[in-house]
Amino acid sequence: MRPSLSFGLCAALAAFVFLLAVPASLAQQPLKVGIVTFLSGPAAGPFGVPARNAAELTAELLNAGTVPAPYSQKGFGGTPIELVIIDEAGGPQKQVAEYRNLVPRVDIVIGYISSGDCLAIAPVAEEQKKLTVLFDCGTPRIFEDASYKYVFRTGPTGTMDNVSVALYLVERTPNVKSIAGLNQNYAWGQDSWADFENAMKTLKPGIEVKTSQMPKLFAGQFGAEITTLLGSGAEVIHSSMWGGDLEGLVLQGAPRGLFEKHKVVLSAGEPAINRLGTRIPDGTILGARGPFGPFAPGTDLARWLKTTYQDRYHVPPNYASFKMTQAILGVKAAYEKAKGSGNEAPDQDKIIAAFENLTFEGPGGPVKMALGKGHQAIMDAAVGTTRVEGGELKIVDIARYSADKVNPPDGVKSEAWIKSGIKK
Amino acid sequence: MSSILPIAFDGITYASWLFLISAGLTLIYGVMRILNVAHGSLYALGAYAACSLAGAWLGGGLPAAGSFAMLLLAALLVGSVAGPLIERGLLQWMYGKDEVVLVLITYALFLIMEDVIKLVWGVDSLLLPDPYALPGNFQLGGLTYPVYNVLLIALALATGLALAWALYRTRQGKLLLAVIHDRDMSMAMGINVSRVYLATFAVGATLAALGGAFTAPTIAVTPGIGVEVIVLAFAVVVIGGLGSLGGAALGALLVGLVRSATVRYWPEAELFSIYAVMAMVLIARPKGLFAAQEARKI
Repeated sequence: MRPSLSFGLCAALAAFVFLLAVPASLAQQPLKVGIVTFLSGPAAGPFGVPARNAAELTAELLNAGTVPAPYSQKGFGGTPIELVIIDEAGGPQKQVAEYRNLVPRVDIVIGYISSGDCLAIAPVAEEQKKLTVLFDCGTPRIFEDASYKYVFRTGPTGTMDNVSVALYLVERTPNVKSIAGLNQNYAWGQDSWADFENAMKTLKPGIEVKTSQMPKLFAGQFGAEITTLLGSGAEVIHSSMWGGDLEGLVLQGAPRGLFEKHKVVLSAGEPAINRLGTRIPDGTILGARGPFGPFAPGTDLARWLKTTYQDRYHVPPNYASFKMTQAILGVKAAYEKAKGSGNEAPDQDKIIAAFENLTFEGPGGPVKMALGKGHQAIMDAAVGTTRVEGGELKIVDIARYSADKVNPPDGVKSEAWIKSGIKK
Repeated sequence: MSSILPIAFDGITYASWLFLISAGLTLIYGVMRILNVAHGSLYALGAYAACSLAGAWLGGGLPAAGSFAMLLLAALLVGSVAGPLIERGLLQWMYGKDEVVLVLITYALFLIMEDVIKLVWGVDSLLLPDPYALPGNFQLGGLTYPVYNVLLIALALATGLALAWALYRTRQGKLLLAVIHDRDMSMAMGINVSRVYLATFAVGATLAALGGAFTAPTIAVTPGIGVEVIVLAFAVVVIGGLGSLGGAALGALLVGLVRSATVRYWPEAELFSIYAVMAMVLIARPKGLFAAQEARKI
């Protein structure tokens, strides 16, 4: 039986529509991005939830194509992105299991605030061969003790924070003779104090360390530690505390004169300014783990993040929010560089090749993937001092340090670089 | 000499805080034979309720001194609502089960309550610094201390004395001691053990919440504060002897003073100091300082 002409036409039309429809539907398949951040526990309030909010906001506005240049193309290279968000709480062992479950469900993983989690996840990412971008954790050991193909970190290390506050302190109080520390007793607190102590010893040889207090993480109460610091006679007190511990230190220390009798340096204090405001005493030296929050440059991208975040969540974005947006934009930059002008989606190896040694613009300014064989970011650093004016807390006397000045050269370990003189 | 006074004062302040929390824990264990992991959540609930109530009081422009009454009210509210709810709603169906099973049940409850707190109050920290600053400061050994710490010590002393009086000088207290000594015999003698359990759990919950409510002005109230507390409280109760009120007081004092001296002279060992005290006490007295000798039942 011969098929009728109308049947043939219909079949041809259907085939044509099908041919058109297939690439269109494939093009609309979103890229799945796994986001891992604290949604519960003590780190959720200061870091985890602000980072989650920034991820949701950035993904939505990228898909809408309303992010300023050079990120105005929709999604990643025109392909929309879809987030799969999981909780970072539970410790490294649990996170490794969660990561293994997440890997088959997503194309890229962006996440991890805790240095312990980052150290545990990096080798598993390598084993799973999944592009994984660490966005916040600070330990320099990730790329100093190992080499990874699939792991990147778009935020600077903790070394930069502590070297920059030490430089700032010595520039303003060149006759400083003694220091003391109050840091949380785990990797972050210990590494931060070691970097600050070593940097001060390098910059001011012969400086005296009066005491190094290391209370338990999340202890919350520091009565005996504050007593010891007050009685120590140290001119400067360094603390890398964060979250409830930092807020507890300010609430308990300020009424006892800790901030009046000593120059206090809070190397990661920025997230507390939205919570404590004028309760942070005048003259406190403050860092934000990079040029984030009040230290952000006056670029369109920084203004865009500050405005859209404030409008939606009614608080300014803190450094965790900046760093999450920075990580997503970094992956977008690498993806689009790998894709080039072609229509085909780049494979993972092409994205990795494009990401290595990439320089891209983040909301905190230029980000260079300069360390760890092109996998670890460096950025300019910024430090300031608090001042209460007209009932408001302001950050004044802001100093900026170029990325090269506060980061070691590639291949040199942070500790050795600090001890050898903090030279370019 | 100049450092002894500050060390002693810091140690006693810390001990007062520990005692408020440990007293409820040891009381519940003494009577009900439950190692209540959810005690930490009741502490956290007290702190959060205090922030809400005292925050609303201060936010309403009412006299700041009244915020202390709000702290007390928060503890009583948590104790009288959450305590009976947990005991009648869950624990009363579990009596007679192995102690390990009861620990797991209260651990599950602890996890649930942590999430409930997160649902109600969110993940951001709550601050209530006004009652802490209100009474002002005083000088001791050349250092500045908040008067609030003296109030905390007074509160712990008053609570300890009130508990001792209620236990040893009132009829209800003597009935409770009878249940602690021998539950089955007490039932046989006509004591309403179920009611004693309910009252004990409510009092224990109130003590945990009291600790939380009066700690709230000194800290940032954040998710997870109950976890930190329960570990310390267990250490204190084990040092003192499970179920002993006097033991909890002495255990808290020992831990407070040793920790304070360690922070001053050997800060690297601060984390270890509490457990070192516990280990040494248990080597000398495996059941703690004041554990009652149990009669063997045949």
